[in-house]
Amino acid sequence: MNRQSEARTGYLLLFPALFTLTLLALCPILILFWLSTRYRVLPFGIDAFAGIYHYVVLLQAPRFWNSLGVTLYFAALSVTLELLLGLAIALLLSRQFRGAGWVRALILLPWAVPTVVTAKLWDWIYHPDLGVLNYLLQHLGITTAPVNWLGMPSLAIHAAIIADVWKTTPFVVILLLAGLALVPPDLYRAAALDGASSLQTFVHVTLPLLRPILLVAALFRTIDALRAFDLLYVLTGGGPADATETLSIYAYKILFQTMQFGYGSAIGVMMFAVVAMLSLLQLWLGRHDMRRLVGRLP
Amino acid sequence: MTARPGRDIVSRLLLVLVLVWTLSPLLWQGITSLKPDSELMQLSPLLPSHPTLAHYRALFEHQPFHRIMLNSFGIAALTAMTALVVGALAAFPLARLPVRGKLLMLGFVLGATMFPAILTVGPLFMFMRVLGLRDTWWAVLVSHTTFALPLTIWMLANFFRELPEDLYRAARVDGCSPWQAFTRILLPLSRPGLTAAGVLAFIFSWTEFLYAFTFTATEASRTVPVAIVLFPGLHEIRWGEIAAASVVVTVPVIVLVLVFHRHIVQGLTAGALKG
Repeated sequence: MNRQSEARTGYLLLFPALFTLTLLALCPILILFWLSTRYRVLPFGIDAFAGIYHYVVLLQAPRFWNSLGVTLYFAALSVTLELLLGLAIALLLSRQFRGAGWVRALILLPWAVPTVVTAKLWDWIYHPDLGVLNYLLQHLGITTAPVNWLGMPSLAIHAAIIADVWKTTPFVVILLLAGLALVPPDLYRAAALDGASSLQTFVHVTLPLLRPILLVAALFRTIDALRAFDLLYVLTGGGPADATETLSIYAYKILFQTMQFGYGSAIGVMMFAVVAMLSLLQLWLGRHDMRRLVGRLP
Repeated sequence: MTARPGRDIVSRLLLVLVLVWTLSPLLWQGITSLKPDSELMQLSPLLPSHPTLAHYRALFEHQPFHRIMLNSFGIAALTAMTALVVGALAAFPLARLPVRGKLLMLGFVLGATMFPAILTVGPLFMFMRVLGLRDTWWAVLVSHTTFALPLTIWMLANFFRELPEDLYRAARVDGCSPWQAFTRILLPLSRPGLTAAGVLAFIFSWTEFLYAFTFTATEASRTVPVAIVLFPGLHEIRWGEIAAASVVVTVPVIVLVLVFHRHIVQGLTAGALKG
């Protein structure tokens, strides 16, 4: 009877949000695709049709393949480390102990720190002459000379990954702690009664129950790591010798340092494709676990 | 728990290790901010022998840092408020009203949070140029809405859905319109959800860099993270002032995290655990 009027109110209330998101998220993405088929250099007012030219150039550009490789390497290694470390810390914190509430709050701090601050504080720690890392390593006798952590291509990417792991592991910990809290205590008691060792309990009880939430954490973190910009841009600027230049940083430099909006947008479209493909792959791999979660959508 | 004593000591040690790994980089930045320049140029005393607030003073003398902090605060507060109002309006029908295409709309909302900002920053930059909004609060505020709004819609839709449906039905039977049921019954009960969504939106806006870096040019709209990256310094990097600025921009977030820890955790996990 009043279902129709309820629905009408509903559409009315939804309108501002949907309008805003269409204008600010959907339209820009469509414009990005369109721009990638144009020669467009902002300050000179250049604007002409380019078709697939940018893509042809891009697929032959070593710099593109390098940045694609850096993006995938950065995401794969940092997400793997974050999940492993996050799981270990979550297991440690899931026990009851005095001050547990405080520790769980403190553990969240790196996640809340602005990424720019994360980059600057690791930049300072990694400083070749004045950094505390080299100071400690030399005093402990692990290295004899100062190491230029951010100056060498093979080291810089790993230094950046460590900074990213420091910053984002708390997010994984929070998700997994929430997942662990959902494991019924009876299962642990039953496993203990059956004489299961803690390793067996972990492998056969905890891990299977934690799988869906691990997959969600992996998906969120992968999408985030693939688009990582702030940390690398501020910490290394993509250097040395493009060793830390991810697709985001490559696109940003082409867009805003050379103002080539057409070519830069083509890089953006390629990145969109990479993120979309990898997310869909992860969703497909975890489709059985995901179905359970999607079943509970509003 | 039937923990053996040996294992208890090990886990306690591991716990200390985790806390050191988590907190020591932050503490080091705090210590750095208190060291006089002469002690920054060498590393034998790890702790400052003459702690000083000189870097904090320099922050406000060398550049209009109070103005920059006001920008950050104003933009983050307005972003959170806008996202809360518009987001709550949209979350209510998604949770309770018989509108069609809910799944599609939720997918759209979730999808909007997944887009890398680098994809939208170019086209948005062109919008801002055309509309003449560059280097204003508006430019940053509008761009921050792209992540704050999906966040609040998603979290509040989850929150409203968990309030007992009978509350809403009873209000309707008693003669409330959907709008009255929403404003008089659901909203007053939703303070925890609104707090969680608002705090998260504020933190994300306060810490955001890419849009703010691209759309601002002067202290008229520059935010603190951007100022830290663009620190004035011709020949040398002013590590002390960078550290002081880091502390200034981080302390509010730390306070928010410690005060609203439970809300934040609920907010972060709501999306992941409940759909």
